[in-house]
Amino acid sequence: MSLFTRSLLRASTRPTFYPTKPTTTRLLPSILARYLSDSTRAAIDNAIATSPVVLFMKGTPEFPQCGFSRASIQVLGLQGVDPQKFTAFNVLEDDELRQGIKEYSSWPTIPQLYVNKEFVGGCDILMSMHSSGELSELFEKAGVLAPGDEAEASTSTSESAEKKDSTKTE
Amino acid sequence: MAENSGITAETLEQTIRSKLEATYVSVIDNSGGCGQIFEAVIVSPQFEGKTSLAKSRLVNTTLKEEIAQIHAWSNKTYTPAQWEKVKEKEAGEA
Repeated sequence: MSLFTRSLLRASTRPTFYPTKPTTTRLLPSILARYLSDSTRAAIDNAIATSPVVLFMKGTPEFPQCGFSRASIQVLGLQGVDPQKFTAFNVLEDDELRQGIKEYSSWPTIPQLYVNKEFVGGCDILMSMHSSGELSELFEKAGVLAPGDEAEASTSTSESAEKKDSTKTE
Repeated sequence: MAENSGITAETLEQTIRSKLEATYVSVIDNSGGCGQIFEAVIVSPQFEGKTSLAKSRLVNTTLKEEIAQIHAWSNKTYTPAQWEKVKEKEAGEA
């Protein structure tokens, strides 16, 4: 499983959210900070269109900073989601994204998974869909799974790299 | 974030029971007392015919103010019929 996770992870570090201008959002009381501006909405529109599979999470796939985000990444790895079709956004790097995505999805918690721009759910939903088989059905229909042969080839070559990487910290 | 949220498992449970007409509610406070981390199991006839996403959305909307104040919120939602199956399965495994 860790091998799948690893190949999933590598590709996921590429995008950053968007160049953020300093905003006053974080200085406002939380009730006002939850107001979603047009620019934030547009940025999130772009973010969810980055890849067929998009996860908003705390931390990075390599270093999740919350158990729920970690579990979600593991499920995506187990499901065999194609790294080329996956992007993760770290909400801890951007307070506007962190607050905005909750309002955008009408979902109060992080992580949040989008597939083909549609909101799927948070960690609890991923877990239950994973065990019920709904998730693999969804991924298959969406055409986001790694092709079987290639996935295997990439896991065997990444094995030695993984050992070297294991002590790396950010 | 580490401040006391003022929310307890009891207050959450009461709100869930009254607003969602829940027939079974279990709210566990995993925060060690600061009132920030909760895990809930909710059984309600209001979930009938809804997807997992729709069920969770209903719960999240109902508890919007409470969830905004806490750090971590996890919930499992079942209709009464689904809950019977879960209990049967657990009994089988035990």
